[in-house]
Amino acid sequence: MRDAMNRRQALALGTGAVVAATLSLRAGPACAARNNSEEAIKAFTRGKEPVRGKVKLELPEIAENGNTVPMTVSVDVPMTEESFVEEVMIVAEGNPNPGVISFHFTPSSVAEANTRIRLAETQNVVAIARMNDGSVFSDVRQVKVTIGGCGG
Amino acid sequence: MADVKPRIKLDKKDIAKGGVIEVKTLVSHTMESGQRKDKDGKTIPRKILNTFSCDLNGKTIFSANMEGAVSANPYFQFKIKPAESGTLTFTWTDDDGSKIQATEQIKVS
Repeated sequence: MRDAMNRRQALALGTGAVVAATLSLRAGPACAARNNSEEAIKAFTRGKEPVRGKVKLELPEIAENGNTVPMTVSVDVPMTEESFVEEVMIVAEGNPNPGVISFHFTPSSVAEANTRIRLAETQNVVAIARMNDGSVFSDVRQVKVTIGGCGG
Repeated sequence: MADVKPRIKLDKKDIAKGGVIEVKTLVSHTMESGQRKDKDGKTIPRKILNTFSCDLNGKTIFSANMEGAVSANPYFQFKIKPAESGTLTFTWTDDDGSKIQATEQIKVS
């Protein structure tokens, strides 16, 4: 009986240690510091809560090299003079700076763009589209990064 | 920077009105993010191309604002619906104010 207790205690201790290690890892390297992505998004949406949908963010599930991750963003709306996507902002929650890129569209362009981005670590990438009437839509993808693009 | 020659590819240059042209652009640039440190531990200052724009006859139809998280040698692929014939001007602006520019002629009939 005493043995069992000890084992249980040992297990509890072990779990605690793992949790602590994970937590300290999160707050660990300067590269992984939390950035102010929420504020950046709020400034972009002008305080509105983005609606999920319409925007499609395509990123690989696993990026072997965080220095160059192919990314495509598209918005499923017809682009006319009356109604068009004004701007699409890409935000990386786990990069040193939240901003990645923002695309400005006009009725003379198609709401779709592809580029290559840097991701410092495994993280969520958010795309937010703002229409010319001010409504906002979003999409989010998690990317697992094998080698970070922080460039030591 | 004037010696940098961007590569631009249009899938077609002669389209019917309402048609779509796919544009691919690539330009050489280190896109120094401002996050890296040199061997003495000093931060290497940021030096990137911060804006890109695609203008038709002087009017911007597509543009992008870039941050340090855009990969070196920035590549773009996008689509345009030009309403008229004319000159497409592609401009990249560096943090130091210099510009890289290229043009293409298109025909819309």
